[in-house]
Amino acid sequence: MKLTLKIWRQSGPNDKGKIVDYPVNNVSEDMSFLEMLDVLNDDLVRKGEDPIAFDHDCREGICGSCSLFINGEAHGPGRLITTCQLHMRKFKDGDTIHVEPWRAEAFPVIKDLAVDRGAFDRIQAAGGFVSVNTSGNLVDGNAVPIPKDDADKAFDAATCIGCGACVATCVNSSAMLFVAAKVSQFALLPQGKPEAKRRVMAMVEQMDKEGFGNCSNTGACEVECPKGISLEHIARMNREYLAASVTKE
Amino acid sequence: MALDSKIPPGPIDKKWTYHKGHMRIVAPANKRRIDVIVVGTGLAGASAAASLAEMGYNVKAFCFQDSARRAHSIAAQGGINAAKNYQNDGDSTYRLFYDTVKGGDYRAREANVYRLAEVSANIIDQCVAQGVPFARDYGGLLDNRSFGGVQVSRTFYARGQTGQQLLLGAYSALMRQVGKGAVKMYDRHEMLDVVIVDGKARGIIARNLITGEIERHGAHAVLLCTGGYGNVFFLSTNAMGSNVTAAWKAHKRGAYFGNPCYTQIHPTCIPVSGTHQSKLTLMSESLRNDGRIWVPAKLEDAKAIREGKKKGSDIPEADRDYYLERRYPAFGNLVPRDVASRAAKERCDAGYGVNKTGEAVYLDFSAAIERYGKLQANVLKIENPSKEKITELGRAVVSEKYGNLFDMYENIVGENPYDHAMKIYPAVHYTMGGLWVDYNLQTTVPGLFALGEANFSDHGANRLGASALMQGLADGYFVVPYTVGDYLADDIRTGPIDTKRAEFDAAEKEVKDRINHFLNNKGTKPVDDFHRALGKVMWDKCGMARNAEGLKQAIEEIRAIRADFWQNVRVPGKADGFNQELEKAGRVADFLELGELMCLDALDRNESCGGHFREEYSETEGPQQGEAKRDDANYAYVAAWEWLGEAGKAQLHKEPLTFEEVKLTQRSYK
Repeated sequence: MKLTLKIWRQSGPNDKGKIVDYPVNNVSEDMSFLEMLDVLNDDLVRKGEDPIAFDHDCREGICGSCSLFINGEAHGPGRLITTCQLHMRKFKDGDTIHVEPWRAEAFPVIKDLAVDRGAFDRIQAAGGFVSVNTSGNLVDGNAVPIPKDDADKAFDAATCIGCGACVATCVNSSAMLFVAAKVSQFALLPQGKPEAKRRVMAMVEQMDKEGFGNCSNTGACEVECPKGISLEHIARMNREYLAASVTKE
Repeated sequence: MALDSKIPPGPIDKKWTYHKGHMRIVAPANKRRIDVIVVGTGLAGASAAASLAEMGYNVKAFCFQDSARRAHSIAAQGGINAAKNYQNDGDSTYRLFYDTVKGGDYRAREANVYRLAEVSANIIDQCVAQGVPFARDYGGLLDNRSFGGVQVSRTFYARGQTGQQLLLGAYSALMRQVGKGAVKMYDRHEMLDVVIVDGKARGIIARNLITGEIERHGAHAVLLCTGGYGNVFFLSTNAMGSNVTAAWKAHKRGAYFGNPCYTQIHPTCIPVSGTHQSKLTLMSESLRNDGRIWVPAKLEDAKAIREGKKKGSDIPEADRDYYLERRYPAFGNLVPRDVASRAAKERCDAGYGVNKTGEAVYLDFSAAIERYGKLQANVLKIENPSKEKITELGRAVVSEKYGNLFDMYENIVGENPYDHAMKIYPAVHYTMGGLWVDYNLQTTVPGLFALGEANFSDHGANRLGASALMQGLADGYFVVPYTVGDYLADDIRTGPIDTKRAEFDAAEKEVKDRINHFLNNKGTKPVDDFHRALGKVMWDKCGMARNAEGLKQAIEEIRAIRADFWQNVRVPGKADGFNQELEKAGRVADFLELGELMCLDALDRNESCGGHFREEYSETEGPQQGEAKRDDANYAYVAAWEWLGEAGKAQLHKEPLTFEEVKLTQRSYK
């Protein structure tokens, strides 16, 4: 098929940036979206032009690197997939496709479609862990039984890949779903309980410091999340946060 | 230099304990004066960096990804082995050790493997304590499943995303230390050389991938946790950025490269669909617990399927060849990866392949869906359930176990795997070879350590499923924190490493010269052209089957591609900024040298073992006909290659492998 791509080009953080049109031919429907961009980049390099920068790595939907805003949707059309899992069979001959980077104050553009998501790492460093050192003398993994439902729910939260689609799609550029997924995972497990209060306070504080907006319950994040992480986790984080706020010393 | 594996004395089950008790340690106050660099933040790197920082060392951690959490360990699907014997099925440290040595076709170092089995149970405890949500049964206890090459159930898992959950556990431990300031994290940084001062590794040269700045970092020890080199084949299940550069630079600075030809071709991957393909996707080995692998028994049926005239479901049971169950009744569909891959290739080469290219076999869940459906109907007390009801119930069970893998398949192929049997074919997945290390995980360069897939040490010529995660975390959490201390005990009075020394000047100049060459080269072809060409040579001639003639040709062809690359590659853009083509060019340049060494090693090893199958060396008769033929009298050694100043020139050193615990026999899964 033949397509027209309208792609955001920005040479660096201080460049204003603009949309540039690229016609592409011979796109096969078996290609992934990123493979289609590979073909375009290959062409640009042969012509001596600067290829389009975009983040990607595993290309199987788990590393969370890829981050394209396609036709107004984080990770493009289709649900429960990342950009690298989007295949060209979702488009038809003659389509015009808009491709932009994640847009959020807390995710500054590095170049073209690549953004800096370091804010997520800093939130994690603020409290997204269980404070346990490496030790060869821990209690046996089966010493504390965990109800299957709790373990499964914790897993559902832990499945977050940190891609930032929730932020990109939110009108407030809120990172609540990302933070809630981590808070919720640990809140559901006995291992996470001892420092649950400290964790939620620290992570929310860092989230605010990074310049993410607040949650106004539009639910867009849940819809665009490639791992289907539920708004329920935001509710759980809010309860955790409230409880921690009123009981803190 | 003679290789000293530094295996501790004593019986095999006492060696590690003895060694831990006799190693020197660095006192807490002195640890604060010692800097350690960790390159790579996958399971091995993140766990090592976190553990060393907890102990009190100053750690600098590097990764080329935009976050430590994205290292390729994240993509591991199936599980992690541990000798817990929770299932009461006869598992033990010894059995895990034995299975791993046998699975590796008797080409691994016994002492290392035993230690790996010994610490495996600790890993599970550590991860549970970190809040890793492993799969559990209704009693709240940890669940297990089976993997290839073993007859017990010892694999712990978190749906089909075990690597992700373990890595996020290690990453959270790492970020905790970053928050404390005990680890300084350098993401979007790529190590481009290791700096040797007075014979010891004393730092690295790294490129800041955003600004392009070339940076010097000094340290008292350098740990390479940089993964494997499967991307030398261009198409593999590795992430796009996975590369050999750190390990290769270390090799060129004096670290021997161990068993480079040992490559794991994973039997269950989604087949290649076209020339645009950028990578291959694995379907977890755990699928072989329930999926049955087959091709049509009649050539005409296979032909009709390839031409689209028939579907797999049209072939009656009697006309299907479940070739793994036929050839290997004892292990069936759960034979080790090398055996399963070769068997698929054998059937497809004989004309029984089931997709357009003729390179695919079926992985079929219809029997499992029916079996689970009937069981579930019993559980739900449904009497005389209809066929549709059984299918519906069975699908729900299969979806619970493997749902994410089925979804992944459907996304890529565009066909529903519940309705139609999956089509799969082997693909490059893992490299058992890597930097040669002694028992302490130290390379032949003092102060330079290699962990996880980056070293050669534990898997011999073939790795068993669910053992890579185990090794990465064992090395990072439980081995290197001890052994690096023994080395650093000499450095408590050294003081900070001066990065203004001439050795740093020289290494930095080399790095800059190479970058400038790429950017100023007036070539015409993009980097990928050369990478694709290299990959084809490697796959055709140094892949699932190799022979002397082909390997000799491959060496010539690789040399030609390399010469063409240096002359005709075009790298656009600038050095001082984000430049992904420049990153790729550096990595492919190193693959072009490594590829030749792999062929050289494969040519030198005149036997078949594990993933290294030389067509000239297979059983020609008897019950084992067609199986790999090892030559223990002449090849029971680790091939450790020394760089002699230019690509293709390497000196072979042999570390003899002695087997005191496990008797060398022909590996049979029949």
